[in-house]
Amino acid sequence: MIDFTQSQLERYSRHILLNSVGVEGQLKLMNSRVLIIGAGGLGAPAAMYCAAAGIGTIGIVDADAVEVSNLQRQIIHFTEDIGSLKVTSAREKIEAINPDVTVEPVRAFVKASNIEGIIDGYDFVIDGTDNFATKFLINDACVMKRIPYSHGGILRFNGQTMTVLPKESACYRCVFHKPPPENMIPTCSEAGVLGAVAGMLGTIQAAEALKYITGAGEVLADALLTFDALPMNFRKVKLQKNPKCAVCSEHPVITELIDEQQIVCDLKK
Amino acid sequence: MKLTINGEKKEVASESMTVTELLANQGVEMPDMVSVQINGDFLERETFDSRAVRDGDEIDFLYFMGGGSRE
Ligand SMILES: [Zn+2]
Repeated sequence: MIDFTQSQLERYSRHILLNSVGVEGQLKLMNSRVLIIGAGGLGAPAAMYCAAAGIGTIGIVDADAVEVSNLQRQIIHFTEDIGSLKVTSAREKIEAINPDVTVEPVRAFVKASNIEGIIDGYDFVIDGTDNFATKFLINDACVMKRIPYSHGGILRFNGQTMTVLPKESACYRCVFHKPPPENMIPTCSEAGVLGAVAGMLGTIQAAEALKYITGAGEVLADALLTFDALPMNFRKVKLQKNPKCAVCSEHPVITELIDEQQIVCDLKK
Repeated sequence: MKLTINGEKKEVASESMTVTELLANQGVEMPDMVSVQINGDFLERETFDSRAVRDGDEIDFLYFMGGGSRE
């Protein structure tokens, strides 16, 4: 108990009361490092719950500035933040939620040339990005560096997420092999999303990070959770490692990080 | 034949069908956005035209989803 101040005991009391978290789990959270790539629809709620949970160090990676069209779902950014860097806005909110947290803002987009340096030293990575090239890059880098991570995707009223324990459980490439052809990506006018769906998914990703670090329960490994918020159906699809996976199999074809062709849904165009 | 598709039992009129035909039969609009798992194995996209689905197969259509932040 001597590791906690009185105010920390109060702040984290609802965690400490949980049998599978307790004092020990809370200490693990406070000594952990979680990296959130993308301070957007998924990264916003993920960062806020990680902050509230007392994650010791939260890294947050984004190169964009806050725009008015972000505010419908990226709840870490407020109206007054329009024009500010997302990493700056996110840092202010994280510190306001919980001054115990050390924030490591990284103003960058991850790419093959910088991702290894960015993810190095983190215990868990949350993928909150929107494009397939970066999703594959995060997967490959986390597999190669053996850093567990949470994949997340949202579209309209749907969400999907899986937790990848490199070399132990199925990875994103085991399931999806390579990015879809460019002409097949839904156009921006079709690719709306209900703000709260982003919140649901990002919150599940934060819960996975907290579970992984505390050891509570079982993470969403070898499974893809998908949901459709219109009927509010959830389904967990069992997965297994693909013995022919290009990155996590015994004889991987991909041994170096590559930038897949960037395909971004950009509402400004 | 009887199939389980995305966890739901379905009856398909035809007795022999390729994965490509099944995707069309099930009204999947953008097959390029779908990864297909049959009885726990992921198919290579190149085999969709030749791989036959059989009575009793458990099939999952998993869709590409982006979302999140432009990173
Ligand atoms: Zn894999």
